[in-house]
Amino acid sequence: MSGTPIDSQVQPLLDVRSLQKFFPITKGFLQRTVGHVRAVDGVNFTVNEGETLGLVGESGCGKTTASRCILRAIDPTGGQILYRTRAGSVVDLAVLSPAELLPLRTEIQMIFQDPFGSLNPRMTLLDNVGEPLLVNGIGNRRERIDRVAELLRLVGLRPEFMHRFPHAFSGGQRQRIGIARALATNPRLVVADEPVSALDVSVQAQVLNLLLELQSRLKLTFLLVAHDLSVVRHISDRIAVMYVGQLVELGPTDEIFRSPQHPYTAALMRAVPAADPRVRTTDGTLGGEVPSPAAPPSGCYFHPRCRHAVARCSVETPEFREIASGHYTRCHLAGEMAF
Amino acid sequence: MTADADTPLLSVRDLKISFALDEGLVRAVDGTSFDVMPGQVLGVVGESGCGKSVTMKAILQLVERPGRITSGEIHFRRRDGGGAIDLARLPPRGPDMRDIRGGEIALIPQEPMAAFSPVHTVGDQIIEAILLHGHHWQTDRKLSRGEARDITVRLFRDVGISMPEQRVDAYSWQLSGGLRQRAMIAMALSCKPRLLIADEPTTAIDVTTQAQVLGLLRDLQAKYNTAIIFITHDLGVIAQMASYVVVMYLGRVVEEGPVDVIFHAPKHPYTRALLRSIPSLYGATRVALPVISGALPHPFNRPSGCSFHPRCPDRMARCSVAVPSHQPVGPQHLASCFLHHDLAEPA
Repeated sequence: MSGTPIDSQVQPLLDVRSLQKFFPITKGFLQRTVGHVRAVDGVNFTVNEGETLGLVGESGCGKTTASRCILRAIDPTGGQILYRTRAGSVVDLAVLSPAELLPLRTEIQMIFQDPFGSLNPRMTLLDNVGEPLLVNGIGNRRERIDRVAELLRLVGLRPEFMHRFPHAFSGGQRQRIGIARALATNPRLVVADEPVSALDVSVQAQVLNLLLELQSRLKLTFLLVAHDLSVVRHISDRIAVMYVGQLVELGPTDEIFRSPQHPYTAALMRAVPAADPRVRTTDGTLGGEVPSPAAPPSGCYFHPRCRHAVARCSVETPEFREIASGHYTRCHLAGEMAF
Repeated sequence: MTADADTPLLSVRDLKISFALDEGLVRAVDGTSFDVMPGQVLGVVGESGCGKSVTMKAILQLVERPGRITSGEIHFRRRDGGGAIDLARLPPRGPDMRDIRGGEIALIPQEPMAAFSPVHTVGDQIIEAILLHGHHWQTDRKLSRGEARDITVRLFRDVGISMPEQRVDAYSWQLSGGLRQRAMIAMALSCKPRLLIADEPTTAIDVTTQAQVLGLLRDLQAKYNTAIIFITHDLGVIAQMASYVVVMYLGRVVEEGPVDVIFHAPKHPYTRALLRSIPSLYGATRVALPVISGALPHPFNRPSGCSFHPRCPDRMARCSVAVPSHQPVGPQHLASCFLHHDLAEPA
């Protein structure tokens, strides 16, 4: 994906360029490096302020690794993560030192998947939700209590709950607590890794509604990492589809769902069981398995599983090209046929 | 075998299971009844805590202390055709139950990672089961280990595992999630069960792998005519797999009917609310989803009357006092709701 942020009308909040993360494969007593797992291999995308970008793909495709690189929970191997700070300057998160990152930590926060493992069971809600304020040195105790009360109210919990411990709450309530904690420092960018996949259907709808409501009230920007396409479709403005460490398609949600421009996206959509017995969706499924990112296939990584593959696909690596305004695909055949 | 297609293979009647905890008695299952016909795929829907998993454990007599089946019957027609026996009365560790468990009723658990032993090969674990229940394959003599291995390889091929001869010697941690779930299905089928209980069999795996596993289960069901109880909270999976659906809420069946009726003409307010609350691939995006108001009540303070009434948009004065009974509201369609009939459970 080309184009500099200066050209575009809306300057993106986050501009990820050629992001790479390789994990070494070591062998033997001396732990010699014999190869690399290319978990994230040249990913480009932008996230505009106030929008939700959904990052989807199967397990092992690198979506979580990419999001952890952006948070600098792990250090990327290469590429740039350009972030526009509250002050208006653009910094490359990929090369900042821990000390330089510290002031930015309040601006970028995370919502975790597991509402049971991500809260400290020995700390009350006040301490769990107020901890980001404490570690970032925001406010005194009185102010923290007021802020936590405000946050709990914001996510639909009663402020009186703040002296209770996480075990007293259900999965959906705990996920609300986790969201309150992520919002404690008034972040601008929130990375949500599978925020509803551990929740029951009816609770899932409540949390999705909460995320949408908070986004419009607080002007939040979301990077949503998820595998459930119906969830991603419901709350994302744009969708990025990942396969074996690379983006294969990126575009506006409605467009992608109306006419996917990559056979993998189409296969993912077909694999979602429709909640209607009159629509049969489990026939004609994608065969085979996701290749290992340590030894990906030649040419297009998807060609061994692709029903449309031609000779060219196994030899020539497709470019990530713009097929319509703001709609990118990594497929030789895109535009020539409907998938 | 004189299998009568109109007689249920399994019939659960007014099953009650409670857990005696320090804090008090939790009635996890509170009078559940349903039937499974031979060769039928029954879908059981409900949220966590509705009692669907513990009901299935009760069928296999695997309810652990402090849980206990307090009353009710679980009639199962055995392969030998000697009429139905009540599984709830059988001693959990007795020879009959051990023969039924795995031999006639098999379970596909939710997490295939936890279900296989990591220190034995998957093949050895399946061979062990086949040798244990060998008389379902070969009635006149004992199966040899070699024969059991051949059966395992054949099953692996049936469930779509490539290179089955090599894969039987693999350990579970060497297999991917999809392969592990396939191996689990091969194990469940290894003794030719008449009833397969699949407890959230695809929750832990990816959507493309899920589609493969669901397709596989449907093919195998058609091939062997095995009855399947499919438990899941994913309504999409239910719509695609089940022919008859049972909806559970707080330990009771609140509605049941043919899959098309449940999805297109649901009667119970809970079923309707549940169906509305799921995001689909076709609906409007970025709008608030209709939700079920309130939260699941804690099992210690179960609401009086109809247990759904505090969250029900259509509740009436009567709902908080009397428990609606499970009554027919259409052909093969039953619901426990005063909106559709006036009959209450005897107090």
